[in-house]
Amino acid sequence: MIVFINYLKNLGPIKIINLINMNENQITLKIDGLKVNAEEGSTILETALSNNIYIPNLCYYPDLKPWGSCRLCMVENDDGRLVTACETLVQDGMNIITENDRINRVRKLSAELLIANHEVDCLTCRKNDDCKLQEVSSYLGINREDLGSLRRQINNISMDDSNPFFDRDLKKCILCGVCVRTCNELLGVKAIDFGFRGYDTKITTFGDRSIVNSNCVSCGECVVACPVGALVPKEPVKPAREVKTVCPFCGVGCNIYLGIRGNQVINARGDAENSINKGNLCVKGRYGFKFINHPNRLTKPLIKRNNIFEEVEWDEALDYVAHKLSKIKSEKFAAISSARCTNEDNYAVQKFTRVVMGTNNVDNCARSCHAPSVAGLAKIFGSGAMSNSIDEIKDSACLFVIGTNPTASYPVIGLRIVEAVKNGAKLIVADPRNIDICKHADIVLNQIPGTDVALLMGMMKIIVDDELIDEKFIEERCENYNEFKESLKEYDLRTVKAITGVNKELIVKAARMYGSTKPASILYSLGITEHTHGTENVFALGNLALLTGNMGKPSTGVNPIRGQNNVQGACDMGCLPDVFPGYQKLEDPEAIHRFEEAYKVKLNNSNGLMFPEMLEVARIGNIKAMYIVGENPVTSEPNTENIKKSLKNLDFLIVQDIFMSETAMMADVVLPGCSFAEKDGTFTNSERRVQRVRKAIEPVGESRPDWLITCQIAQKMGAEGFEFNDASEIYNEIAEVAPIFGGINYNRINEEGIQWPCIDEKDKGTPILHTQTFKTESGKGRFIPLKYRPSAELPDKEYPLILTTGRSIYHYQTSTMTGAVEGLKTLYGEDYIDMCQEDASSIGVKDNEKVKVISRRGEIEPKVRITESCLTGVVFMTFHFSESATNILTNSALDPISKTPEFKVCAVRVEKI
Amino acid sequence: MSKSLNEILSTFNGNKSELIPILQDIQSSIGYLPEDAIIEVSKFTQVPESEIYGVATFYTQFRFLPVGKKHIMVCKGTACHVKGAPQIIEGIERHLDIKEGEVTFDLEYSLESVGCLGCCALAPCAMINEEVESNLTLKDVKKIFSRMKNNSNDKES
Repeated sequence: MIVFINYLKNLGPIKIINLINMNENQITLKIDGLKVNAEEGSTILETALSNNIYIPNLCYYPDLKPWGSCRLCMVENDDGRLVTACETLVQDGMNIITENDRINRVRKLSAELLIANHEVDCLTCRKNDDCKLQEVSSYLGINREDLGSLRRQINNISMDDSNPFFDRDLKKCILCGVCVRTCNELLGVKAIDFGFRGYDTKITTFGDRSIVNSNCVSCGECVVACPVGALVPKEPVKPAREVKTVCPFCGVGCNIYLGIRGNQVINARGDAENSINKGNLCVKGRYGFKFINHPNRLTKPLIKRNNIFEEVEWDEALDYVAHKLSKIKSEKFAAISSARCTNEDNYAVQKFTRVVMGTNNVDNCARSCHAPSVAGLAKIFGSGAMSNSIDEIKDSACLFVIGTNPTASYPVIGLRIVEAVKNGAKLIVADPRNIDICKHADIVLNQIPGTDVALLMGMMKIIVDDELIDEKFIEERCENYNEFKESLKEYDLRTVKAITGVNKELIVKAARMYGSTKPASILYSLGITEHTHGTENVFALGNLALLTGNMGKPSTGVNPIRGQNNVQGACDMGCLPDVFPGYQKLEDPEAIHRFEEAYKVKLNNSNGLMFPEMLEVARIGNIKAMYIVGENPVTSEPNTENIKKSLKNLDFLIVQDIFMSETAMMADVVLPGCSFAEKDGTFTNSERRVQRVRKAIEPVGESRPDWLITCQIAQKMGAEGFEFNDASEIYNEIAEVAPIFGGINYNRINEEGIQWPCIDEKDKGTPILHTQTFKTESGKGRFIPLKYRPSAELPDKEYPLILTTGRSIYHYQTSTMTGAVEGLKTLYGEDYIDMCQEDASSIGVKDNEKVKVISRRGEIEPKVRITESCLTGVVFMTFHFSESATNILTNSALDPISKTPEFKVCAVRVEKI
Repeated sequence: MSKSLNEILSTFNGNKSELIPILQDIQSSIGYLPEDAIIEVSKFTQVPESEIYGVATFYTQFRFLPVGKKHIMVCKGTACHVKGAPQIIEGIERHLDIKEGEVTFDLEYSLESVGCLGCCALAPCAMINEEVESNLTLKDVKKIFSRMKNNSNDKES
């Protein structure tokens, strides 16, 4: 009984997904005598604009709540009263007048007052031709003479040009508040607000600092939204043409338009017409395109002779590579393909490795990030990817965000989480640090890094004890529940608190909130996977979702957010040592048969080496040659020194990249690939959506699309089946050999991508996985009993602090791309070590002071950043720059199942210099 | 008299509506609103720092810099304005090398303009701490500062 009362007490508001059929709620009204249809709940302004009737407006912005402050959208209603069209909802049978003398008088005065205080310098204004104030002025016919008496001295505020990507010119600001509301409502960043209200009202940051010194994240959403020239991009050149493609940074897969002038990419803007980013972008996507035409791009193949790189012609380079590789025995070769390259590039690399080199030694960087997700989710649910779609996040009633820093690493997903909270969703954040998203959370759990299994088991025990489980779901769709339940026994609150350091009440509260609020969705990323028990962490999350029946329904699921643009695709394409494209097991006789038939060769069916194993074997000399495409393991993998040793030990190293990375420096041959803007292809984002990447400019220098290079090497080596004319032919072959992509081709994804599995032409794709059955052998979700194992390296007397690593919003991976964007370097140019005041004081160091950080594997000297986001005993570093290569410190201990290194926990000591 | 920030916050519940009383208490205790204090108030009330700053800048009662040992309030009322208050302010600004609303680096002087000191017959006038200086001219500005300097030197020796 008590349990039941508790259940009722903790039962949050259950959200009902809005399934109202819009057609039933259509109403009719008249605007200036014209009959128009409108949806219930929309405003007069929205209705008018969607019917191509212009009503002057300035403070209205589609994504924001109406504000009614500019008083320009005044219209007359049936009662002859003036109302703001942006705030007034439509009603059936309304008669709205948008234009008469009385309305115009009001509008004109409002507009005149605004223009009188506005710097009228239109021709040289960067917003010329795209300015809402110009639009209003010409519509209302404002005369310069009428402004005289209203004109007062324009506020003498100097331009804030501190941000590398945009300028703030408050002399042109009309105080419409769109930027403030964008920052608050949409982003939740809240960097700016109105200040000094009165005569001197202006938009200000906290403390009236320059924008770059505020907590602005430079996403540029306000710049896009600003109706006038107060917020403008630094280089506002208009493109000559635009090409729709997919952002090359994180795994969200935002759709963008690249603006091109000549053969240069000059800007990027979000595409509003898609379900993923809906026009939103982050700082990298909007401003991080300068690497494309960067002068340091590799433009010619290079061969290292006498330790010096010499530029050579393509033929020579390809002959040289083919000649060298033909002497290498199959098992002595290994390839690493790139999660940044297209599906077609990845497919070519795995086909080359399997068909030409006769080995399955092919892997990609998912090994060091989401391999535990692939392995873990496959075991529980039968399929290792995000179970639901990004667009469903906003409709969730409860979000459990664990081991991910969405606002920094996947900013557009961060926006969706903020949107969900705005829609009333409960938010539980579990992270060792107080990351930005905690500001929006109902419950924050700061577990000690590496103790997730204990935390989750503790939560699940409470869910079971409080009978918040979904019995029907477990009964009908799951197996192994009793064994799992047995393993929960030892995770009583006291034990869990002792391991995780999290307050007991918080654990209970979080468990009850997740257990009783539906639909609930779990979002996680590398904070879960990059551990020696990463796969077990994933199991724990899978168990949690099964336990509460949050699987196979809208806005539920277990959702790994992918870190790189095409890491999902690289795995899908079979750049893994144990599966063919489309996750077809090597040991499956049917799969082997299918591929031998398609490739017309006998294939090796013994599992190849995983990435860390390749390096290990190379170190002892049993791998002789490696082909690394678009990866930089020297900086990105743990224990840098060890990796260098392995690569040095190779007889032959081919690196294919767009820049001279730290890894490329060690190569014997460097082949210049193309960036995403110079080739056709597809990327697959986190939600399994295959999206078109389009060639926007000709390849820079003599660089070539990666798939073409791989195919040309294969052809030089006399192989057949690599005679592709373009990327679409490769995709057609993929669709033939891998049933889960069977229904996808370039024509179908021209407008919008399709989420796999998509079996045939009629299949519309699969936004939600496991709706009926799981893809496991038995068709049931499999509970997995778990036992908490501590991380491989725990703090001790000698190394008393836990170092955990992550990303900055301004950079991407080892910054080979973002590091070539000057502005991003200005905003974040080196890796700091973040620590709390208490730890800093005990060492005796101040903010911004250089320190020595030492682990068992090496030492580096970053600057200290004192922050409240870190808890005592836990320090944090980003890993973007080779100058302070964080991965010199990290531990290469591996997860036994997925061989993913433990980036997130290692023991360090910080010393004053 | 000066309570710690935690003591002040402990008397409130952390509601948004308490923002202005909290700021008033901080100012009366610390003398101004330091940025660190605003950050703490932001955490306490869940009101963004930028919004608190926006609120605080609306009211002339809130200061963001400490007051100098000698706080100079120059009257900018109608009579004083007509009799040259703006020039007096400019003169003091030049002399102290600070702007209105600021405090000198050594925290000795701070300067602000006020609505009306209520002694229009003595315009233009100013108050330095509790004392009124009347019928000010630019020449007087120099004299006043050298006098104050001498006084404080005397005290120290």
